Amino acid sequence: MKVEPATSPLLALLAGFISELRAAGLPVSLTENLDAMEAIQHIPIEDRDAFKYALAATLVKNHAHWRAFETVFEVYFSLRGAEYDLVDGEWPEGMDLSDFVDGLDGQQRRQGGGGGEAMSAEQLAEMLFQALMRGDDALMRAIARQAVQRYAGMEPGRPVGGTYYLYRTLRNLDLDGVLDRLMDQARDDAPGDLTPLEERLERDEFEARIDQLRKEVEAEIRRRLVADRGVEAMAKTLRKPLPEDVDFMHASREEMMALRRAIYPLTRKLAVRLARKRRHGRKGPLDFRNTMRHSLSYGGVPAEPKFRYPRPAKPEIMVVADVSGSVAAFARFTLHLVYAISNQFSKVRSFVFIDGLDEVTSFFEGVDDIGEAVHRVNAEADVVWVDGHSDYGHAFEVFWERYGKDVGPKTTVMILGDARNNYHASQAWILKEIEHRARKVFWLNPEPGAYWDTGDSIVSEYGVHCDGVFEVRNLRQLEGFVENLV
Amino acid sequence: MSFSFADVDSVRKGLSSVQYLADEGIAGVVYLAERLQKPVLVEGPAGTGKTQLAKSVAEATGARLIRLQCYEGLDESKALYEWNYKKQLLRIQAERQGEDPEGDGMWQQIEDDLFSEEFLLTRPLLEAIRAAEPVVLLIDEVDRVEIETEALLLEILSDYQVSIPELGTVAASQIPLVFLTSNNTRELSEALKRRCLFLHIDYPDLDREKEIVLAKVPGVGESLADQVARIVRSVRQIELKKAPSVSETLDWARTLVLLGVEHIDADTAAETVNILLKYRSDIEKALKEFASSDEEFAVPAATP
Repeated sequence: MKVEPATSPLLALLAGFISELRAAGLPVSLTENLDAMEAIQHIPIEDRDAFKYALAATLVKNHAHWRAFETVFEVYFSLRGAEYDLVDGEWPEGMDLSDFVDGLDGQQRRQGGGGGEAMSAEQLAEMLFQALMRGDDALMRAIARQAVQRYAGMEPGRPVGGTYYLYRTLRNLDLDGVLDRLMDQARDDAPGDLTPLEERLERDEFEARIDQLRKEVEAEIRRRLVADRGVEAMAKTLRKPLPEDVDFMHASREEMMALRRAIYPLTRKLAVRLARKRRHGRKGPLDFRNTMRHSLSYGGVPAEPKFRYPRPAKPEIMVVADVSGSVAAFARFTLHLVYAISNQFSKVRSFVFIDGLDEVTSFFEGVDDIGEAVHRVNAEADVVWVDGHSDYGHAFEVFWERYGKDVGPKTTVMILGDARNNYHASQAWILKEIEHRARKVFWLNPEPGAYWDTGDSIVSEYGVHCDGVFEVRNLRQLEGFVENLV
Repeated sequence: MSFSFADVDSVRKGLSSVQYLADEGIAGVVYLAERLQKPVLVEGPAGTGKTQLAKSVAEATGARLIRLQCYEGLDESKALYEWNYKKQLLRIQAERQGEDPEGDGMWQQIEDDLFSEEFLLTRPLLEAIRAAEPVVLLIDEVDRVEIETEALLLEILSDYQVSIPELGTVAASQIPLVFLTSNNTRELSEALKRRCLFLHIDYPDLDREKEIVLAKVPGVGESLADQVARIVRSVRQIELKKAPSVSETLDWARTLVLLGVEHIDADTAAETVNILLKYRSDIEKALKEFASSDEEFAVPAATP
């Protein structure tokens, strides 16, 4: 498959690819676009990896965007290249399967033999086990294809997302069970007992291989979906949000990991930016006394006007966070961010609640690993009063009773939660009192604005007593809010 | 225009001949950098060989390496050029000796002389531009300079030239290969990123790390290297303050070779782990993690 580098189909393809990248949220500028076009002319197009890296180097300038890029790339170029052709029911040629199949009991063999379709589920499982045991990449890829074809139950035109197929395939492969079996096998193979260290190493190795297999399965499903529905449609469905755009409330486990990784650099950058703002924003009013004092050295002429340094008051922050179920992740990230820039505030106190309320400030004091502290909050704070369902009213009552006196004119109160009160009494009068006493009261709601005040959500009942109610669904919005807060 | 590398593969071979094992991505970007004549912005965790890449490329191509170490407070006079102020003063004084009553024409000439190349002190960036021989310019830890100072780099990165108000524009006689490294402590400006190719170097995978150990540590056996690489990979999976870098892996392997260790068991690992990990809390965490492996594991990735 030889394609002349500069032929227009390729450029058209690239243009589509780039507009998809932009749609996925990656900032691709015109120069970068031109660079990419130039870059691919230097790369032999058959070399898929080199091609991919050439595009990545010119188009993706932030490592956090890599995954989004990769997904778009896989979709766009998934059906191009001979080795990526769909193989239906055929094992790749030249692969000797007999030694696997022979190892099985004869009775498990079905009639026919040879072709992949004829294999029983047990045989496939056995082959999977062998492939993982040996770390045989080619065989693993072949098995992934087989498994998808057999278990995913993909039908043309069926409007189901890739995760559904992935789930079905993986459930049938029972990878947890395979891992246990692999570990047993490793223990048997070892000459003596495995030391904990060795056991750990074996396990990590197998997990890495299983992860590899999972990726193969995912790729295979994607290829089939693209073949079925076409590139443009799939690019849209498979589009992965950038870490800063991931919705807190609906983040998958994997996205959560990405979020957690993303928050470190983000807090660091935010801290640097805020510190700089403080240092540079020196536009105070004229300091008359100082100007007169300096005019003495010019014989009384105020030649050098002196200005007052602005001393923006550092606000005192009280974070009151709902840590029940779905909004817990949001509270975690906000606490993390607030504490990461806590030197921008004169004091930070934090409280968490579900239906009871507890102060958790001490968890953060003298700790250099904020993630650890947040983890302790989840494990140790005493936040359940009756049944562990959010009760904002009661939580506010406790807050008012115990800590209300600490709310003063310098205090900014941040309340984090979705205001889903499970139809308990709202006790909104407490917020009114707090607003009265505090400098500002802000409410951050991780739910999209359209869901507010639906069902048991009573945001606006509380909202009227706040200086602002904000929708904060992702890191980008959170960052924006915190920056304005300072 | 001749290129030092014919294709991506020859980049990899060239680099491995100076004992730098480049993966597909690294080799591809280096190759493109030379073809497109664009600088490379290298990002990644500390100790993954970002700086070493520039050094190795210089060595492989036989080019001179010019290095600009960035720090907070770096300015034009340290990065680009500076007028040799003392020498200029001396020049003026020397001129005064043979004083001329008709000062006007004289002054003109002095002024011209004063701002000539004779009085120019070149700093790394200008040096790289003016060099006649092939040059690799390494701008190290570019994220340490203030965002305003970044602007200094823009002209040289996009046009390979430096404008000196008194002298005019100095254009490059040859295009240097430029590497910028960053530990990503802050977001670099869009303008800078746009001008560069982007390369993220992560911790190497198991096989590559093993090869690196084999290549860089004399006297290390195949099986020891394999074990080292596997243990390091497991250690990196624990949530640590500072995951072990490649250089720390190499230090550890060297230590094990010196100690005459053939096979790493739990005791050896515990005794030497302080070479791999630098924080007390990390060491404790790792030891705890590896001692209690037979307990039940939470395998977070196993269920979709």
